[in-house]
Amino acid sequence: MDLFEYQGKQYFAQFGISVSPGDVADTVDEAVAVAERIGFPVVVKAQVKVGGRGKAGGVKLADNMEELRLHAGNILGLDIKGHVVRRIWIERSSDISKEYYASFTLDRPNKTHLGMLSAQGGVEIEVVAEENPDAISFISIDPVRGLDLETARRWVAEANLDEVAREQAAELLVKLYICYTEGDCDLAEINPLILTPDNKVHALDAKVTLDENASFRHPEWEAFRWSETEDPREQMAKERGLNYIGLDGTVGIIANGAGLAMSTLDVVNQVGGTAANFLDIGGGANADVMAAALEVINSDPKVTAIFVNIFGGITRVDEVAKGVLEALERVNISSPIVLRLDGTNAVEGRAILAPHLSDTLITEPTMLDAARRAVSLAK
Amino acid sequence: MSIFVDENTKVIVQGLTGGQGRFHGLRNRAYGTKVVGGVTPGKGGTDVEGIPVFNSVKEAVAATGATASFVSVPPKFAAAAILEAAEGGITFIVCITEGIPAHDEAVTYNRLVEDFPGVRLLGPNCPGIISPGKCNIGITSGDIALAGGPVGIVSRSGTLTYQALHELSQQGIGQTTCVGIGGDPVPGTNFIDCLAAFEADPETLAVMMIGEIGGSEEERAAEWIKANMTKPVVSYIAGVTAPPGRKMGHAGAIISGSKGTAQAKMDALSAAGVFVCQNPTEAGQKMVEIVRAL
Repeated sequence: MDLFEYQGKQYFAQFGISVSPGDVADTVDEAVAVAERIGFPVVVKAQVKVGGRGKAGGVKLADNMEELRLHAGNILGLDIKGHVVRRIWIERSSDISKEYYASFTLDRPNKTHLGMLSAQGGVEIEVVAEENPDAISFISIDPVRGLDLETARRWVAEANLDEVAREQAAELLVKLYICYTEGDCDLAEINPLILTPDNKVHALDAKVTLDENASFRHPEWEAFRWSETEDPREQMAKERGLNYIGLDGTVGIIANGAGLAMSTLDVVNQVGGTAANFLDIGGGANADVMAAALEVINSDPKVTAIFVNIFGGITRVDEVAKGVLEALERVNISSPIVLRLDGTNAVEGRAILAPHLSDTLITEPTMLDAARRAVSLAK
Repeated sequence: MSIFVDENTKVIVQGLTGGQGRFHGLRNRAYGTKVVGGVTPGKGGTDVEGIPVFNSVKEAVAATGATASFVSVPPKFAAAAILEAAEGGITFIVCITEGIPAHDEAVTYNRLVEDFPGVRLLGPNCPGIISPGKCNIGITSGDIALAGGPVGIVSRSGTLTYQALHELSQQGIGQTTCVGIGGDPVPGTNFIDCLAAFEADPETLAVMMIGEIGGSEEERAAEWIKANMTKPVVSYIAGVTAPPGRKMGHAGAIISGSKGTAQAKMDALSAAGVFVCQNPTEAGQKMVEIVRAL
C-alpha cells in the first residue's frame, strides 16, 4: 500500500522523525482552520499518489489567508495526470539551505536492505543515479544486524553531507531505518531531507510503501485506508476480497494463481485481444469466490467476453464449475463465458457444466483455444 | 536422479494438525512420500491418520530421523517455524505459506545463511517440490507429473508449474524434479541454485524455466546459464502485458519503473542461448521437440 505524503509524514512522526507541523484539509474552510492553527507562511500540497505535483500546479506557497483560499480552492479538484485532488496537506513553510536524499528499500538480488543517501536531493534520484552516480552513497545492511549509529555516522560522512548536518542526519537515518523495518515498509524515502538555515535537519517529503503482508501486526494502518477516487471495479473487487487489477480491454479474465492470471493476459494479447482486468481467484477458491469474480467482471461495461482459465491444484475444478452455474443464477451475466478447465477434478467439473453448455457458455480444451474463442467473441 | 529430495527423504509436516497441513500432508503421503511425523506445539503424542505428532521439530527429528520439513503454518508463525526447523536439525525446508511479511523473510533468510549454512529453504509462497514417483512435498497434484525424466522444471509460479507439468506429461515427456521457488521477494532457493543442481544431475537432460515480472533473478539466471549451462533450457516469462507499478498477485511480481519487465528478462535469456517461448503451450511444444531430438 502506497501512502499519501501526509500519511507518510504521520508515520514518520510516530518513529520520532522530524517533519514540518501541518494537517490535512478536504475543503478550503478546513485549510483556513489549519493555517490559523500553525501560522503563516504555509505550503499547500496536493495529496495524490503520482509524481510531478509541483509542475502541475499542485504545490503552492501562501503568505496570507487570501493566498491560501486562492491556492486551496485551485488545487482541490485539480486533475494531476488523471488523479483528481480531493485532499490537501497544509504545512508550515520551511527555509531551505540544503536538500539531501535518503531511502531504505529491499535489495532483492542480495537479500539485504539497501540504504541510499545523497547530498544532492530535491530532484528525482533516478536522474542523479543516471547523471552523477557517484553522488549517491549506497549501504548494504544485514537484516539480522540492522543499522547502528556508528555506521550511520560513517555513512553521512561518506555521502558528504554538510558537517553541521551530520550528527542529526545520522540519528534521523537510524530512526528512518527503524521505521522501515519495525514499520514494515517496502520503501521509506525522504526527498528532500533538508537542512534549514538554523541548522536543523528534517523531512520535507515522505514516500512510504507499506507491506500489506504485515498488516496483521499493524492495526493502526486501518487509518491509512483512505483513498483517492478509485476504479469502481477495483473497489467492488476489494469489497469481495478478490485480487483484481482493472485494465482497459474487452476480455474479462478470471484465473487461479498469479502466474496463470498473468499468462492468461499475455495469451489473450498474443491472439489479438485485450484484457479488461487481472483477476487471481487464488488457491482453494470455492463457488462463492467464483460467483463474486463473475459479478465484478460483469459490472465492467467494456467487457464483451469472459475467459475463465483454471488449472486446479488446491482449487478444485468441480467447485469452480458449480460457482459458474451459481453466478449465472444469481446475476444476469451479459457476456459469453469461455472456460478452460484442467487439473484437480477437471473431469467432474466439465461433467457438471456439460448439460448447461450453450452459445454463451463454452468450454475449450486448451488455454490457447479458449483465448482465441474468447477474443473472437469479444469482437 | 532427482535434485534436493529422493525416494528416501523423510519428511515432517509443521502444522500437520491444521486444515492445509493435514490435507496436503496426507496427500503427499498417499503419493508415496515418506511423511514420518508432524509438529504442532501442545499436540505431541497424538496422531493424524497414523502419522505421529510431536511438540517440537527437535523431538520429531530425534524420533524419526527426518531431514526435510514441510512448513504449512499461517504467515504470523512461519518465520519462527522455519528457524525452528533449522535449529531442530532439518536440512531441507519447504515453506508454502503465502503472505509472510518481507522483513520477516529477509531476516529469516540471512539467519539461515549465517547460522545454518547447510540448510536449504524452498519458498516461501511456493507450491513445493515433486520428484515424480519418488517424493512430493507441497501442494502439487502428483497425478499431473510423470516419472522417468529427462526434464527438470524450475518455476516462480504455482499454477504455471502445473501447466508446465501438464504440457509435458500429456506428450509423454517425464520430469526428474519439478521445483517451485515461489513468487515472494526473498526466495530461499533461486533459479541459479536449481539450474546448477539440474546441470549436475546426470538424469536431467533439459530444463524448463518459468519466470515472471519483477526483480532480476531471471537476468542473473541468464548470466549463469551463459557461463555454466551445457544442457538446453526452454523458458517462458509471464507478465508481458502487466502494467508497471502494480503487484500482480505475487508480492514479488511488480515492475518498478523500467526494471523487472518481461521483455528485459526474455532478451537476457535469449542472449544466453535459452529457447524463449511466448506462452506455456509453446514452451511445452519446444521442450517436446528438444527431448525427442536428444
